[in-house]
Amino acid sequence: MPLTLRDYEKVVGPEVIEEIRTLARHVRHKSLRNINSTPVGGGVAEILTRLVPLLHELEINAFWDVIKGDDAFYGVTKAFHNALHGKKEKITEEMLDIYRENTAMNLKDMDLTGDAIIVHDPQPAGLVLRRPQTAAPWVWRCHIDVSNPDPLVWNFLKPYVDKYDATVFSMPDFAQQLSAPQFMIAPSIDPLSDKNKELEPDYILKVLEEHGLDPERPVLTQISRFDRLKDPLGVISAYRLVKKNRDCQLLLAGGGANDDPEGELVLKEVEEAASNDPDIHVALLPPFSDLEINALVRGSTIVFQKSIREGFGLTVTEALWKGKPVIGGAVGGIKLQIMNGITGFLVHSPEGAANRALELLSSPDLREKLGENGRRHVKQNFLITRHLKDYMLLMLAFSYPKQRIVRMSAA
Amino acid sequence: MNDHEPFIFQTEHRLITLTGRRARNLNELLDHIIQVSGSSIFYHTHNQYLSHHFEKPVFHNDFAGWASAALLEECLSEKLVAIDLLAFSSIRQLREAIITIIEEHLAGAKGRVRDCLPGYEFHFCESKSFIMPSGVVAGDIPDFFAAMPKVTNASLYFHFFEARLRLEQPTNDFSAWLSYRGAPRLAEAINKLNPYLMTLEELREAIILLGNMEG
Repeated sequence: MPLTLRDYEKVVGPEVIEEIRTLARHVRHKSLRNINSTPVGGGVAEILTRLVPLLHELEINAFWDVIKGDDAFYGVTKAFHNALHGKKEKITEEMLDIYRENTAMNLKDMDLTGDAIIVHDPQPAGLVLRRPQTAAPWVWRCHIDVSNPDPLVWNFLKPYVDKYDATVFSMPDFAQQLSAPQFMIAPSIDPLSDKNKELEPDYILKVLEEHGLDPERPVLTQISRFDRLKDPLGVISAYRLVKKNRDCQLLLAGGGANDDPEGELVLKEVEEAASNDPDIHVALLPPFSDLEINALVRGSTIVFQKSIREGFGLTVTEALWKGKPVIGGAVGGIKLQIMNGITGFLVHSPEGAANRALELLSSPDLREKLGENGRRHVKQNFLITRHLKDYMLLMLAFSYPKQRIVRMSAA
Repeated sequence: MNDHEPFIFQTEHRLITLTGRRARNLNELLDHIIQVSGSSIFYHTHNQYLSHHFEKPVFHNDFAGWASAALLEECLSEKLVAIDLLAFSSIRQLREAIITIIEEHLAGAKGRVRDCLPGYEFHFCESKSFIMPSGVVAGDIPDFFAAMPKVTNASLYFHFFEARLRLEQPTNDFSAWLSYRGAPRLAEAINKLNPYLMTLEELREAIILLGNMEG
């Protein structure tokens, strides 16, 4: 049975759901079209999978379309992604042509009608060329950390971005000099999804054992795509420093995404680095492993997310929601989620991560306190119910472009 | 408002707007504080109360937090933390107080200002607020206190923080309504609560407690 808003009442309280229903009356029967580049894998697809049915329940005509692209196109957009994150990438004129051609191909095929159109990330950003032929406001929803983008790629994309009626970023740090309004909407997690729902202890034990982990000994975990920007090798370094003082195990687990051809290469590097230590467990999880991931996080003692760059870091949100102490790189959206020393620890190096892990391993009380605060922080700020509200507010915002305070009567 | 009017709990939905303004040092911070909207000043002095409602904020406003964490200007940070937000009835006054503190600090520093590290800049935000009935209505005073546990944090925040300062009303909305309904003592007792020294949950409990004590 699909989940309904009533199911969420148990998590966030009936009063929050009632407020959502009240707000929805102001935008019901409007249509909202979301466009991204992959139907599975990655945070955007996960969010849309959950958000679209809830929007339908609120009588908003939500659509979700996925652009088409071949390996060459996704190779280009992966390079764009890295370059926007500030990594040095070789971008050639041919690559820009591949992007333009793919955009033109998608423009021929796609239905771009609706009362509001939200285009996610750089891959489909060029579709805005159709903007002049539509009446709806177009929003570019950027999930990437663009605080320090490679100028070549940003300057290539900026003429597209400038055509949008508004942009949405995940963090204040990502704001740009743009003429259209810029909003901040933090991503969210679904507390009732397989990846986040409560699990039976027996199931958690079973999954840990299937992965060769000993539930009696501390488990340090990083759940992430195998991507250099997630610094899996740095996590192995941190684990080795911890292991000198405390017995522990390390789990590096993650899935792949259709639009990430670099993953295989990084996985190989990680497996090589881990090959001489039986306490390091590396797992490439197939799609639809959400229950398993949930169990692995719940069975962990400490969760790392030692990213070097990060858009938002939903894996951090997921771990905080499960009451786990999280050690995260002080980058991107991780800084929004981890209030240092209150909901987790922020670190800048493998050494820093190791120091904090040792501190946490020696104090169950501290682990519990951080975990509890983290869960409350997520409940208030990063659940899908808040995200649902933000999408409706975004739709409303275009009706009141000039006002900072909008007083509305009951709809 | 007449003396039979029910209390309609409003709620506030905020869409955060990014201004694109950023500061690396105190001179830049000051320039932006002078120029940004009142909504931005309100956001950076109040956001902590709503976002981290379970924990008393370490820094009462973002300016103080940034001065400490990014600029290591502890003395300035302490002075900014010490701003008594209840003492102001408008954002204009609050903005002037912040400006005065930073200007005095800069005068004492005799032109020596340091830049923050890259990545630690102050980013100015503001909010676009949509205020609408939450669906909870209290016909009389007992109803009002009975409804209090059902009211969301966002609603509580609006009636206590936003209505008073951003909409420039002399007191919080609860006290104003209770006065009209002939309960001036309760109104005054609630008005005396300092919402800046407690979490939203503690504020809610304090209001319920005052209601119980009265009857």
